[in-house]
Amino acid sequence: MSELPAQLRYSKTHEWVAQLAPGHFRVGITDHAQELLGDVVFVELPQAGQEVEAEAACGVIESVKAASDLYSPLSGKIVASNTELADNPQWLNEKPYDQGWIFEIEAADGDFAKLLDAEAYQQSLGA
Amino acid sequence: MSETLQRTALYPWHLAHEARMSPFAGWEMPLHYGSQLREHEAVRQAAGLFDVSHMRPLDLRGPGARTLLRRALANDVARLDAEPGRALYTCMLQGDAGILDDLIVYYLGDEQYRIVLNAAGAQKDTAYLESLAQEQGGEVDFRPRDDWGILACQGPAAVAQVASVLALPELSALKTFRSLTPRAGLFVARTGYTGEDGVEILAAHDELIEIADALIAAGVVPAGLAARDSLRLEAGLNLYGQDMTTVDSPDRSHLGWTVDLRDRERDFIGRTAIEAERAAGPAHRLWGLLLPRDAIPRHGYEAVTAAGQSVGAVTSGSFSPSLGLGIALARLDAVVGLDSEVFLQVRQRSVPARVVEPPFWRHGQAVYSAEESQPQ
Repeated sequence: MSELPAQLRYSKTHEWVAQLAPGHFRVGITDHAQELLGDVVFVELPQAGQEVEAEAACGVIESVKAASDLYSPLSGKIVASNTELADNPQWLNEKPYDQGWIFEIEAADGDFAKLLDAEAYQQSLGA
Repeated sequence: MSETLQRTALYPWHLAHEARMSPFAGWEMPLHYGSQLREHEAVRQAAGLFDVSHMRPLDLRGPGARTLLRRALANDVARLDAEPGRALYTCMLQGDAGILDDLIVYYLGDEQYRIVLNAAGAQKDTAYLESLAQEQGGEVDFRPRDDWGILACQGPAAVAQVASVLALPELSALKTFRSLTPRAGLFVARTGYTGEDGVEILAAHDELIEIADALIAAGVVPAGLAARDSLRLEAGLNLYGQDMTTVDSPDRSHLGWTVDLRDRERDFIGRTAIEAERAAGPAHRLWGLLLPRDAIPRHGYEAVTAAGQSVGAVTSGSFSPSLGLGIALARLDAVVGLDSEVFLQVRQRSVPARVVEPPFWRHGQAVYSAEESQPQ
């Protein structure tokens, strides 16, 4: 059973979103997503200042097995990305909710509120 | 779908070791037990244990066995005559030299052989060999060893671990591509598919579970098919169905060395086509590619020249955990030479790749380094 912190919101494309401050969010991939990917070896991050659309690809996660698009769960402007992942891609597997965060985004609080809560995300996994 | 998949005797064992299971060639096999990278590293540095019971042993014996295999296989089992226990790697070819399957054949004694077939082709290959034997008229008894499974223990510490667990001190002195039959119902060969030292153990299913438990208790790490794939690719070993199929000859698959033409009287299937191909020069070759670690090649990626001309495609590609680079096997037009560069389209950008001779890893060492990943 994969880990699903209750204070986070989730997308159907397996990102988690944490609200750091009003209009300011941190994004990563869920434990379930990292299990599906297998060992991550490289992450192509979105750049600070970049405008992204919800449910559009904004980066790439490469595991030993395959390359997968990284989606933004929210529309908005990227304000930071976790550059330490360049040397520590395994954090996406080992600590997906902590050191494995991927980017921070400025977005609308209303969009955040529409994301899935832990229970709804769990159900979307069919578990 | 899952109800149609076969399971090895170790299926409950895999679940007990928290394997993530995945379909492979009609079998439900362990993909990894938590981390492919950790398993890969364990095999390179110490020892890993693979259940490869989806591969199928087939025993052949009888007065026609040697003649049959000298006709059916592109390598020559006559090489083994002087030394029971010895093995060789070979392709089995169609008349047009397309590869039907690749296999290891062990010589057990006069007119007695054991071959180990790939999961996907085992039934078809057996039927094919039986039909060849009938055509030939010599008597050959076929015994598929459905009573047996196979464990592969691989890595620099593997031989010592298996010697200890099986109480077989003579294993340490066994040379590569040799095998032992310590007693009825147990067969141990110094062979593998990882580019490391190691052994493959064939025994009855229940006994294999006990052996697996003892090896894990001794510190060997369970390893899945994902690590097996990255290990074999680093070792430059082809995967049947991916790096070679019935449309590829051995010369087009970096396997020309497995074709034995020395005995001119030996009319093995595919010989005429191979001789014709050699006279004309092969149209394609299978080479290795090196890419930077942020440009991992994947199966099917097209390779083009600087001028944009298509010259082939990746047959197997992965991140190489041991080299920290992207590596691939690619079937390329014969005009593409070693050390030249081709370009792969990796995530909407064109990345130069250096064309190299496989393997990427040999005798416990990287053959190429990160500095060499770029064309000269």
